[in-house]
Amino acid sequence: MLSRRTAIAAVLLASLSAAPALAQEKLKAVATFSILADLVKNVGGDKVDVISLVPPNGDAHVYSPSPADAKKLADAHIVFTNGLGFEGWIARLVKSSATKADIVTATKGIKPLKAAGGHSHGHGHSHDAGDPHAWQSVANVKIYVGNIRDALVARDPASKATYEANAAAYLGKLDALDKEVRETIARIPADRRRIITTHDAFGYFRSAYGVEFVAPQGVSTDSEASARDVARIIGQIKKQKIPAVFLENVSDPRLLKRIADETGARVGGTLYSDALTDEKGDAPTYIDMMRHNIRTLSAALVG
Amino acid sequence: MLYDLLIAPFAEFEFMRRALVGACTLAVGAAPIGVFLMLRRMSLVGDAMAHAILPGAAVGFLLSGLNIYAMTAGGLIAGFVVAVAAGLIARATELKEDASLAVFFLISLAIGVTIVSMRGTNIDLLHFLFGSVLALDNQTLVLIALNTTVTLFGLALVFRPLVVECVDPNYLRSVSGIGAIAHLVFLALVVVNLVSGFHALGTLLAVGIMMLPAAIGRFWARDITMMIAVAVASGLVASYAGLLLSFHASVPAGPSVILVAAVLYALSVLFGRVGGLVQQMIPRRHLEA
Repeated sequence: MLSRRTAIAAVLLASLSAAPALAQEKLKAVATFSILADLVKNVGGDKVDVISLVPPNGDAHVYSPSPADAKKLADAHIVFTNGLGFEGWIARLVKSSATKADIVTATKGIKPLKAAGGHSHGHGHSHDAGDPHAWQSVANVKIYVGNIRDALVARDPASKATYEANAAAYLGKLDALDKEVRETIARIPADRRRIITTHDAFGYFRSAYGVEFVAPQGVSTDSEASARDVARIIGQIKKQKIPAVFLENVSDPRLLKRIADETGARVGGTLYSDALTDEKGDAPTYIDMMRHNIRTLSAALVG
Repeated sequence: MLYDLLIAPFAEFEFMRRALVGACTLAVGAAPIGVFLMLRRMSLVGDAMAHAILPGAAVGFLLSGLNIYAMTAGGLIAGFVVAVAAGLIARATELKEDASLAVFFLISLAIGVTIVSMRGTNIDLLHFLFGSVLALDNQTLVLIALNTTVTLFGLALVFRPLVVECVDPNYLRSVSGIGAIAHLVFLALVVVNLVSGFHALGTLLAVGIMMLPAAIGRFWARDITMMIAVAVASGLVASYAGLLLSFHASVPAGPSVILVAAVLYALSVLFGRVGGLVQQMIPRRHLEA
């Protein structure tokens, strides 16, 4: 029969045998949305466990965090945010969770673009924070990766070599991706590099790769289009003979279908802007997402 | 010049014509519903209903993904259940209609949020479900037309008992059971109008085009038929002028229509023949003259 003492001893033994595993415990990281989580995963490799707060296919602009999210933050060693006003809810969540984690802004050092520039005049709203969708340019993502690497090394110097090797390997892949994007766009005739998409998330893509994006909404998914905006876009499609309109995975597709019906432009498929898809989708990782977008674009614009 | 201002936007752009047809058609059905809601002191039912339909939309989403028809059908069912349950409790017990509606819509909302979070997505289902007046396709226009037709025939059927119910519900209850039937038919029409309105125009416009014209009508007529006529007319004016405002001044379309109705409402509060402020200040003089 088990006495209380033997029971306690058994528990102590069990916890002792678990101790070595604790020593090798992985760094717990939280990223605010799926794209950032993918980048952290690539740099951290098997030394880091990454959770994304906003799930795949979710819209980080209007996300409302749950108590479970606060708990994830409280348990984390390190928290990665995009910054540039992308996750308006994160500051309050960090405060309410009382987390002791390092808070890292992944866009540190990126020169922000003005939000909704170019053809969005007559819009009547201004954004001070700049356009947050910096990951739409691969060059910017290389800065993200550098920031993530430095933050991980600062938190966990013991695994410095791993993080640096992982980051270097991933940066190599990003260089190849950047080259692929540029080559694909070079094959599209210059006067056809123009599309319409639902929310203005491609400012960095436009300035990096020279494809013109026109959006019927402002830069955030919150704002509702006015009749004037829609009329302006229809007029522009007709005048400039813009070949295709695109859908995104986080916006209302009905308005875009209406515009396509009215102008005869082609609906070119789905572009992924702010969120990755789940494992089964077209864009489970950042690199897959950019590849998918660029192929969808060229399929609609070259043909 | 005048042509450019008033007609050209509709002549030039198909989406403007569709928006006008959609908003006007909805106004014809929704305004009379709004008048009865106002007379029954249920003016806030529209906003309650906008939340009450969440569990239905969520179940539709769970069963068939982001399918707008499944979600709308689910929303309709949830709306019916909430409206009928609230109506029955209000008739059978001491609890007033507004209180029992508040209870049921909060329960419904809580169930909805729970179902949505079980699926672990944060797509704003209601945001997805609620349409925009600028993006009306053929199916949505047919839906609105069907909805208005059903509403007008339904109202014609239960018009008399409904009017009596508004004035004195206890009288009708004492002489026959027709009041209960009329009441339930009316609640069903409210739900159909609101849900198809949300689907077509978004919450703000769907509720606004129901309640603001009714409040305007109240200031111009004592007789319920005239009240409905004024309400429908002001709904039509607000739809047309609101779309023009959205076009020329670059205001989002839904708020724009409601703001025009708000201006009409302010004018009615001031100058309305029935209980308007100016009319109250010079009591009866023009009646005696």
